[in-house]
Amino acid sequence: MLTADQQLINEHAMSRNRFLRRLGIVGLWLNPVFSYFFLWAPILVLVLFSFNQSRSVASFSGFTLKWYSNILNNMMGAESAFSTELLLNAFRNSLFVGTVATAISTVLGTMIALSMARGKYKGKRLLDALLFFPVVIPEITQAISLAIFFKVVFDWFALMSGERIFPGFHTIVAAHVTFNISYVAIVVRARLADMDPQLEEAANDLGANPWQTFWRVTFPLILPGVISGALLAFTLSLDDFVITFFTSGVGTTTLPVFVYGLLKLTVTPEVNAISTIMMVLSTLFIGISLTIQGRAVPRA
Amino acid sequence: MTSWLARKRESGFLLAIPTIAWLLILFVLPLVIVMIVSFMSRGRGGVAIMPFTIEHYQRSFGIFSIILWRSISLAALTTLVCLVIGYPLAFFISTRRNRLFQQVTLFLVILPFWTNFLIRTYAWRILLGDEGTINGFLLSLGVIDDPIQMLNTQFAVLVGLVYGFLPFMVLPIYASVERFNFRYVDAAHDLGANDLRTFLRVVLPLTLPGVLAGCALVFIPSVGAFVTPDLLGGTKGLMIGNLINNQFGGSGNMPLGSALSIVMMAVVMLSLVVYLLANRRDRGA
Repeated sequence: MLTADQQLINEHAMSRNRFLRRLGIVGLWLNPVFSYFFLWAPILVLVLFSFNQSRSVASFSGFTLKWYSNILNNMMGAESAFSTELLLNAFRNSLFVGTVATAISTVLGTMIALSMARGKYKGKRLLDALLFFPVVIPEITQAISLAIFFKVVFDWFALMSGERIFPGFHTIVAAHVTFNISYVAIVVRARLADMDPQLEEAANDLGANPWQTFWRVTFPLILPGVISGALLAFTLSLDDFVITFFTSGVGTTTLPVFVYGLLKLTVTPEVNAISTIMMVLSTLFIGISLTIQGRAVPRA
Repeated sequence: MTSWLARKRESGFLLAIPTIAWLLILFVLPLVIVMIVSFMSRGRGGVAIMPFTIEHYQRSFGIFSIILWRSISLAALTTLVCLVIGYPLAFFISTRRNRLFQQVTLFLVILPFWTNFLIRTYAWRILLGDEGTINGFLLSLGVIDDPIQMLNTQFAVLVGLVYGFLPFMVLPIYASVERFNFRYVDAAHDLGANDLRTFLRVVLPLTLPGVLAGCALVFIPSVGAFVTPDLLGGTKGLMIGNLINNQFGGSGNMPLGSALSIVMMAVVMLSLVVYLLANRRDRGA
């Protein structure tokens, strides 16, 4: 039997609890409203002002497509660092670097993934660490270490042979392959872990040699993983700015490095228009590549 | 030699050799070189020369300690803000009962990040500038008479970092709330715990792995950020990444840049160790 005082205290506690719960529910609804606004406002503002009549980004004064036509017609003023030709050139460079780096890193990443999944040797933890560190190391540390490395190697080469090598596509591709290998290896290993090793044993028992077993059994089964890894590598390569910035040379500007040069200067409606186009293109690209892999959300 | 090779072939190690070689030459060796360069003196044009010195490390922890400290505290603050925004958001997403609505809410977090990081950061220059959208809006409302300086401040860097890395916090927490069994909440209530107690003693500990992973994923890239402070911070928001960048150029100092990046790597490794220890303790408990 509760005394009146205890009952009062109980009721008080319950009403406070109810109040807190209501507050929690309101908070749980306010937070997404704020969060989605925070996530989307910058993007919507950027798109909006790429259609603004005046050059101002302070207020919207009317709809126009003239900034887009300026880009197409190459009219951005003589002092501008922009020309449509340079943009397309940078885009071609990006595609070239991305393709070559993806090809090499997919082969290397798949090889080490296979070796670690099926091999019987010691020291795999060390290999784990070797694949793990490129993922966690700060980008800028990796960037400057590669820049210094190339400089040291090229200086030494010039001293030995009298010929000077300059940074260019080879240095960018080498750098991209280095940071891509780990990602490919991780994705392919996940796929290999899901695969039944008995299938390979069965092929072996049926008289297939290791080469036949690989191409007829293992490879078709891990192919989705290899494709996922390759697409991830290609996306990372197309998107990379910091490491490319430190390893590129004259005339080998990739798209992100070129765009950085534009964004760094000032806010102009043309830059907003270029950004909008790139945003649409990269969203389409990632959307398509994820659809190929048959899922809407990338697996963590 | 042949027998060694044969044994290695048997074990499948041979297949890993090209990749190992690539990473040793282009990942490990460059880091070793940076380590060596960081102990060398500065020559003409900023290059590294003999003799060895620890001067650059003294400067890193001496006059540059302000920027080092600023980078660490900005990264910590970014992590905290991401956690405060991201935890309820992840909770909101993973507790939606309608499957389609849940996927839409998750997709709306991920979609902005399919755009290049540079462009997403640039968008904040439009918003935060003296003649930008926020100032324009406030001026037209008459709330302020003069534009507030937001661009080229530490505040701008903080906003940019939070914006850049928020999904890294939301996704792991979302994954761990998804796995959380809400019957535990009913059990805690039945046993007399109030909401706050239930949250602190039941919900939070069980979603802690996601929180820890999120914190590591936000803190690590934030410490080494280069693009965000470069585009939004100006001189007031300079971070260690920019300082390192400045050492590579005409008036630079390569050994100093190397020392700074070794220090930064040490900070990252230290935070990784803290994460692994916290994770292990969490799993052990």
